Formats: sequence, structure tokens, C-alpha cells
Amino acid sequence: MDLTLFVWRQRGQLDKGRLEQYAARNISPDMSFLEMLDTVNEGLIAEGREAIAFDHDCREGICGMCSQVINGIPHGPQEKTTVCQLHMRHFKDGDTIYIEPWRAKAFPVIRDLIVDRSSLDRIIQSGGYASVHTGGVPDANAVLVPKQDVDIAMDAAECIGCGACVAACPNGAAMLFTAAKVTHLAMLPQGRVEAARRVCVMTETMLREGFGSCSNHYECQAVCPKGIKVSFIAKLNREYLKSFMGNPGCSTGE
Amino acid sequence: MTLIKNMVGRKIVMSITGLALVSFVCIHLLGNISLFSGPDGINAYAKMLHSLGPFLWVVRLIMAAALGLHMVFGILLTLENRTSRAQKYAVNKHLSATVAGKNMIWTGLLIALYLGYHLLHFTGQMIMPEFSSSRNLDALGRPDVFSMVVHSFQHTVVSVVYVTAMAAVGLHLSHGLQSMVQTLGLNNERTLPVMVKVGAAAALVLFLGYAAIPAGIVSRLVGR
Repeated sequence: MDLTLFVWRQRGQLDKGRLEQYAARNISPDMSFLEMLDTVNEGLIAEGREAIAFDHDCREGICGMCSQVINGIPHGPQEKTTVCQLHMRHFKDGDTIYIEPWRAKAFPVIRDLIVDRSSLDRIIQSGGYASVHTGGVPDANAVLVPKQDVDIAMDAAECIGCGACVAACPNGAAMLFTAAKVTHLAMLPQGRVEAARRVCVMTETMLREGFGSCSNHYECQAVCPKGIKVSFIAKLNREYLKSFMGNPGCSTGE
Repeated sequence: MTLIKNMVGRKIVMSITGLALVSFVCIHLLGNISLFSGPDGINAYAKMLHSLGPFLWVVRLIMAAALGLHMVFGILLTLENRTSRAQKYAVNKHLSATVAGKNMIWTGLLIALYLGYHLLHFTGQMIMPEFSSSRNLDALGRPDVFSMVVHSFQHTVVSVVYVTAMAAVGLHLSHGLQSMVQTLGLNNERTLPVMVKVGAAAALVLFLGYAAIPAGIVSRLVGR
């Protein structure tokens, strides 16, 4: 199949960037979207032009690197799919495809389709962990956790940190990402200990990093490749209220 | 003060003030509906409200404070959110965001604008003073709110403006109600889709309730 691509090209953070048109020829419907871009890039390199820069790593749908907004939807039109797992059979011969990077103040463009998502790392660094004493391995089943709680924690832990939620959010908010981590840890006894401080610190870091706030459009849930639910955002809000009631100073306490 | 510095805290302020305002919208409608039972209904209701004296002013002050906070934080959050997503996509498809949700700031500002006019009209009675209820008393010596409302809404323009503003209220609430429940953390996976529907339905009921008043007057079902 032959396709027309409009790809965002941007040399760096200071460059204004623009959409450029490319032709993708002889694309097999069995190719993944990234393999299609590889093919286009080989053609560009053969012509002595600069290849399109895009992020990728595992190509198995679990690393969350492939950050591309395809025809206006992060990770493209298929539900719960990363770009590497999106196959060209979902497009038609002659289609026009727009490919843009994640757009958010907290995700500056590094080059073309590659954005800097270290702001998400800094949210995790601020509180998305459980402090555990080192030492001998604890006995199995020493700490009992109800099955329902484990299931919720595991669902929340599925987040791969790709940032599609931020890219889809009209406010560039990282609520779904942060809510997933807050829920994951708050559901387990090991994470419960620091739950109050965690939710405060992580939400404060969100603001500092330039993310917007949630207006409950639920676009994030619609594009999440791992099916993270916005009910976790309600859980985050509950955790925040609980934390605020316990200690109205809330704040970092450092 | 961390509540207003934290983004979740700010949203909670939005939802609690929103809850206060929507409670007022419900009670106000219940009061207004007494218009359908004629002058004896709404004029007696108005007299009762006036007899509350200082309590009425306490409620008014609470409402003014809630409205002020709701507006300040609404505008602040909108401006912040715009800078967080300053650069637009060339192609952007929304999968779940609604027209109501995306235009909260505009329906909100429209309501604020209308509220100013509404207060000058029926509370301050500076607009169309010839129908003022405080100057025209009914046969029992009560402020004649019934005649004031009926005469005002017989002007088609006044009714159209009113219904338009109520449509803005309906749209605002159709997103606002479910958003409030979610922000207060009162949702789980099962209740969320239900709340979205209940919120929209409640907003529609409120809109129809308010719109029924000018509709009844313009169609001459109410007031002779």
C-alpha cells in the first residue's frame, strides 16, 4: 500500500517545527507502524536526507517509548495499543496520516517525534515509591493482602509511563499517571505507610513540572494503552482529601 | 493554605463551591415553581423569604463567597491549563470529551454575565422598574412578584435571554455535576458511567424546570 504522511519535524526545543509531507510506498499491511517509519527512513537516508527521529525500544508494547500522536489520537486509532503494536492493516491504501509528537508544556520536544518525558520520572522520584528496610527476605504470607486489593493494585501497576494520558489531555495533565502510582501503592500495606505524604508530594510535583490539572474529560482513559481507569483518579482525590484532613499542612514536610 | 496551592486542592475548592451553587439552583427552582400556582404561590413565598431577615443575608453571603471562589479558581485553572497545553495538535480527535466539558469557562462566564443582569432585574429591580414588586403590592399587601415576573417575561426578548442563560446553566451542570462527584473522590469503576448519565439527566431536568416558567408565560398558560 501507498500512503501520504505528514510528519512533525523539529530540530530542537528552540526550533518552531513544522509538518512535512512524505510518501510511504510499498508498505506491507503486516508491518507495524514503526516498521513503516523505518522503511520511510531508509528511503530518506538513501536520498541523503535526514531520517525522521522517533522513540522506540521494546517493540513489544510494554516499554511505552513510542510516543506518537497518529491522526489526532495518541498511539493511533486502535484501543489499548502502543504504536509498535499498531499494524498497517488498520489503514487503507492511499490514506493520509498525520504524525505528531506528544504535546504538553511538561514534555519539551527533543527532536521531531521524540519528547523529553523526564518530568514523569521526577513525579515518581518525589514520592512514587515505598521505603523498605533492607535485610532478610520476609516470610511468605507474613503480610496478608485481600485479593480484591491486590487486583486493584496490579491493575494500577500496569501503567508503563508512556505519557499518552498527558498527550491526550486537553489540559496536559498527568493525573492518570500519578493516580495509577498513588493507587498502586495505597492499596498495599507496604505502601500505605507513606500514603498521606506521597499523594501530597506527587501532586505538588505535578504542578511544579508544568502539568495542568484534571477537568474530568476522561480522554486519558480512552487512549491509555494499558487500560488504566479514571476511577484511580477518584482514588487519588480520596487519598488527597484523607491526607489533607489528617494534616492540613499537607505539604512536603521536609 | 495548601488546599489552594495544590492542584487537587484547587479542584476540591471548585467542587465544594460548585455543590453549594447547584444546591442554590435546585432550591431556587423549587421556589420559582410556586409561580405556577398563581400570585398566591410565589407572593407568599417571597413574603416568607423576606421574613427570614438576617438568615437570608447569611445565605446570600455564603452564596456570594462560593460564587466568588468558584469563579476565581475556575478562571485561574483554565488559564493554567491553557499554558500546560500551549501548542495545539494539527489534527486532534477527542474520544470522550464533551462540548459541555470543553466549554465550561464560556458557559460559566455567560452565567456570570446573566447573573448580573438577573440580580439587577428581579433582586435590585432597577431594570423594568415599572413592574418592581417592592413598589407594586398585591391585594394582601405582599410584594407582587407574580406580576413582576409575568410582565417581564411577556417581553419575548427577556424570555429568550432567560432561556439561553438556562441552557448555559444546563450545559455547565451536565459536565459539572459528574465532575464534582469524581473530584470529591466519590466514584469507583461502577458508579462513574452512572454518574455521567445522572449528572446529564439532572442538568436537563433543571434546564426544563427553569425554561418552563417563561414558556408558560409566553404561551399564556400562566398569568391570565
